[in-house]
Amino acid sequence: MSQAEQTETVDEDGVIESVSGPVVTATDLDARMNDVVYVGDEGLMGEVIEIEGNLTTIQVYEETSGVGPGEPVENTGEPLSVDLGPGMMDSIYDGVQRPLDVLEDKMGTAFLDRGVDAPGIDLEKEWEFEPTVEEGDAVEPGDVVGVVEETVTIDHKVMVPPDYEGGEVASVESGEFTVEETVVELDNGEEIQMHQEWPVREARPAGEKETPTEPLVTGQRVQDGLFPLAKGGTAAIPGPFGSGKTVTQQQLAKWSDADIVVYIGCGERGNEMTEVIEDFPELPDPQTGNPLMARTCLIANTSNMPVAARESCIYTGITIAEYYRDMGYDVALMADSTSRWAEAMREISSRLEEMPGEEGYPAYLAAALSEFYERAGKFQLLGGGEGSISVVGAVSPPGGDFSEPVTQNTLRIVKTFWALDADLAERRHFPSINWNESYSLYKDQLDPWWTDNVAGDWAETRQWAVDVLDEEDELQEIVQLVGKDALPEDQQLTLEVARYLREAWLQQNALHDVDTYCEPEKTYRMLGAIQTFNDEAFEALDAGVPPEEITDVDAAPKLNRMGTAEEWEEFIDEIENDLKEQLRALY
Amino acid sequence: MKEYQTITEISGPLVFAEVDEPVGYDEIVEIETEDGRTLRGQVLESSEGIVSIQVFEGTGGIDRNASVRFLGETMKMPVTEDLLGRVLDGSGNPIDGGPEIVPDKRQDIVGKAINPYSREYPEEFIQTGVSAIDGMNTLVRGQKLPIFSGSGLPHNELALQIARQATVPEEDEEGEGSEFAVIFGAMGITQEEANEFMDDFERTGALERSVVFMNLADDPAVERQVTPRLALTTAEYLAFEKDYHVLVILTDMTNYCEALREIGAAREEVPGRRGYPGYMYTDLAQLYERAGRIEGKEGSVTQIPILTMPGDDDTHPIPDLTGYITEGQIMMDRDLNSQGIEPPVNVLPSLSRLMDDGIGEGLTREDHGDVSDQMYAAYAEGEDLRDLVNIVGREALSERDNKFLDFADRFEAEFVQQGYDTNRSIDDTLELGWDLLSDLPKEELNRIDEELIAEHYREDESAEAVQAD
Repeated sequence: MSQAEQTETVDEDGVIESVSGPVVTATDLDARMNDVVYVGDEGLMGEVIEIEGNLTTIQVYEETSGVGPGEPVENTGEPLSVDLGPGMMDSIYDGVQRPLDVLEDKMGTAFLDRGVDAPGIDLEKEWEFEPTVEEGDAVEPGDVVGVVEETVTIDHKVMVPPDYEGGEVASVESGEFTVEETVVELDNGEEIQMHQEWPVREARPAGEKETPTEPLVTGQRVQDGLFPLAKGGTAAIPGPFGSGKTVTQQQLAKWSDADIVVYIGCGERGNEMTEVIEDFPELPDPQTGNPLMARTCLIANTSNMPVAARESCIYTGITIAEYYRDMGYDVALMADSTSRWAEAMREISSRLEEMPGEEGYPAYLAAALSEFYERAGKFQLLGGGEGSISVVGAVSPPGGDFSEPVTQNTLRIVKTFWALDADLAERRHFPSINWNESYSLYKDQLDPWWTDNVAGDWAETRQWAVDVLDEEDELQEIVQLVGKDALPEDQQLTLEVARYLREAWLQQNALHDVDTYCEPEKTYRMLGAIQTFNDEAFEALDAGVPPEEITDVDAAPKLNRMGTAEEWEEFIDEIENDLKEQLRALY
Repeated sequence: MKEYQTITEISGPLVFAEVDEPVGYDEIVEIETEDGRTLRGQVLESSEGIVSIQVFEGTGGIDRNASVRFLGETMKMPVTEDLLGRVLDGSGNPIDGGPEIVPDKRQDIVGKAINPYSREYPEEFIQTGVSAIDGMNTLVRGQKLPIFSGSGLPHNELALQIARQATVPEEDEEGEGSEFAVIFGAMGITQEEANEFMDDFERTGALERSVVFMNLADDPAVERQVTPRLALTTAEYLAFEKDYHVLVILTDMTNYCEALREIGAAREEVPGRRGYPGYMYTDLAQLYERAGRIEGKEGSVTQIPILTMPGDDDTHPIPDLTGYITEGQIMMDRDLNSQGIEPPVNVLPSLSRLMDDGIGEGLTREDHGDVSDQMYAAYAEGEDLRDLVNIVGREALSERDNKFLDFADRFEAEFVQQGYDTNRSIDDTLELGWDLLSDLPKEELNRIDEELIAEHYREDESAEAVQAD
């Protein structure tokens, strides 16, 4: 949480009146809604969420064991804000932007203690500031005034804060500075530092929203190929436990071609976050080859950390994402899982004894969800140029039932839906994205990109695959009743082709060094190889070759090895040749 | 310490008392009844002038004249290495007639969250000797892997088998430190079940390296809130301060959740799904997340909670929320049980999320991941075909399909089936897997690396089978 410019002046002290879990009420506190307050003798951080007469209700971001009535409450007079500036990449924060590594140092133990605060960015560290403006230049809010090399991958752009007026540059510094030192001064007296603050519950201003036309390439065949997400788009991944939500999210964080990744572990497992912390510094970014952490900001509020901080971690994450968007970057934000966030809202709401909506969730659930997803998009920036935020939210529906409120309210907003399927997961078909239920509304607007960058006949090839899978779905119903052998020969062959589509193309092994990332060309070529098999097989069938002989050719099972083949171009060329040769030899 | 005689309301497990000085949230309370009994409770809500207290032992016998003492501290567990070998009740008092426990220190039972930054990712393979677990859903040190079971299924036998057999293979060779300290937290189990556990502990000598917490079915329900926290506090102390590898068995989590619901109802809270409180996810997470490894510490806490799914329904809130927190689940199956498969583990809906990092070359064997994937896929296919067989009969199916059907049968009868006293090494498990997979045509093994197939696939299966017989 923001301490950088924390004013020491206390507006008015209040007194605790009652304590019930994370909800504390205080009397005589002079505070505004959403002000941050320090509660009790230990100074636990909290936020004002209700004011009624002389009584102020506070949600506390830390454990409240042992806190009792009569203890003081101190108001900071500022809303919950994040510190924005160089140093956020390669960091790991809790839900209120306290760096977890710093907390470990300060607390001296592996367990999270209470009442310890730390600024979101290192205030002592000096950064090399390189100005991009000169004295006399006119600058407006959002304009870049200088650049700092934040990590090997990311140039951090120092901007005129959006709430400044702007004007003529009066003086410019260059060299090493801490984030709190002024680097640019304007003629109207406004001073620009590398550090900004922004209240998390308020979207950072930007220009108009545009229609996204570029895909967020994820390197995952089923996602890129069938259900693409646009840069600046929104997607939801709902699925019951064990269906692979987290692996899917992590694959996106690892391989998607965003400039910046903000990964929010919201109310999920501690060990999962640890895996990310251990893996990401060692994995190379597929675009630059630098460590993945150099473009990643992690926010970890695990399920056993205080529930109020779980409520805020989504806002902390999206505000950080917006800040990098303002620099003109394409940001991808993963939230795992939005259901835990909704549950945190429900828990706080029920402690406030609010009238519950559906399944006990607060009535403002839908509003909160849409507000969050609306902060995604491709924007024109205040300072010129474009930047985007793509949001991918995991949803954990109770019992895997997609009709529950969080899934339903999310589906009303997002345009890409990756439905995870427990049945597929059980047979270890990963990623277990169900191709019949999922959809992407970005398909048409992204097709031109594929046509220009990958292959002219991309749209037709994909449609062919979709048709085969649809047909298989219908045929399977019949097979369930009468068995495969009772089908006509051409339909048996279609089933075989569909099987290769599923096993060789849709399935992708996240743990295999090669298969874990599949570039768009490879996605296309693999599909092409299966289509070659399809075309040649039906030719052979027409020529009177029995289906068993067709499916028995040596080259066909090799289709399953395409994903893991290292020299994939040669490998696929070879398969296509072999398929043609062997199948034509049959007649 | 101030004493009050100001009880204004008694309702279910809750007591409300007026106070004239502030009382901390979660503080421990002692209530002395007129007949001299002392009951313990905890502050659930503290407002100026009035507090609500949840009484662990139940509110029977309390009247308006009972005196209430606030101890000014939250609940603590006295911990020491000497707890090993002891049997305690659900509130942590010795019931084995042994000497008084002299604590090394007293630790808060709520426990603090482990900083995710300080955790170490669990990746040390635990060999349980159970093929369905080792081969298909590998357990690693620091994992929380619950057993999802149903009433009348032998989950206790499986838990005991794991507790008995669990070792970490490398350390075996050094001949030390391979055994786990076992913390057993029983919540609302019957005396008979408790005896079963105790007999087994005594028979195998496991009691020496165990701490047992017993809250039986006829003990107060509210006490069940405390029992797992006492157990986990002890586990954390042994693991992170005394370098033990600790295996915590909690049974039965369903009873724990029922107690949670009871208190929620008594407090007139807005209920969530099926009447369970809305904060049940957070509450369960505060228990389950107390498993793990910490960087720079020798010890580890591994959890095997057991829960019985009401109506065998895994979408019921208790298994559902548990599955979202734990790192997988071992699913017991009623059909397999009635077929006499021991242990009746259905591997298809079972899962170990930490498996992938705990297996492979240098940890178990290079072929482990592929073999397990292939067996999953093949068994799933065989299972599907069984439905079809019911309709069209086996003869109507192709030769390929029949092979998959045979595979599924053998998988259950030979791989999963092993009995509660058989301890299979991981090598045995994987070899058995290859034995089964070699029944399938080589081309069908599309999940396995070609080199591994060349190395392990048994070409002449019929000859092999004869030898095996």
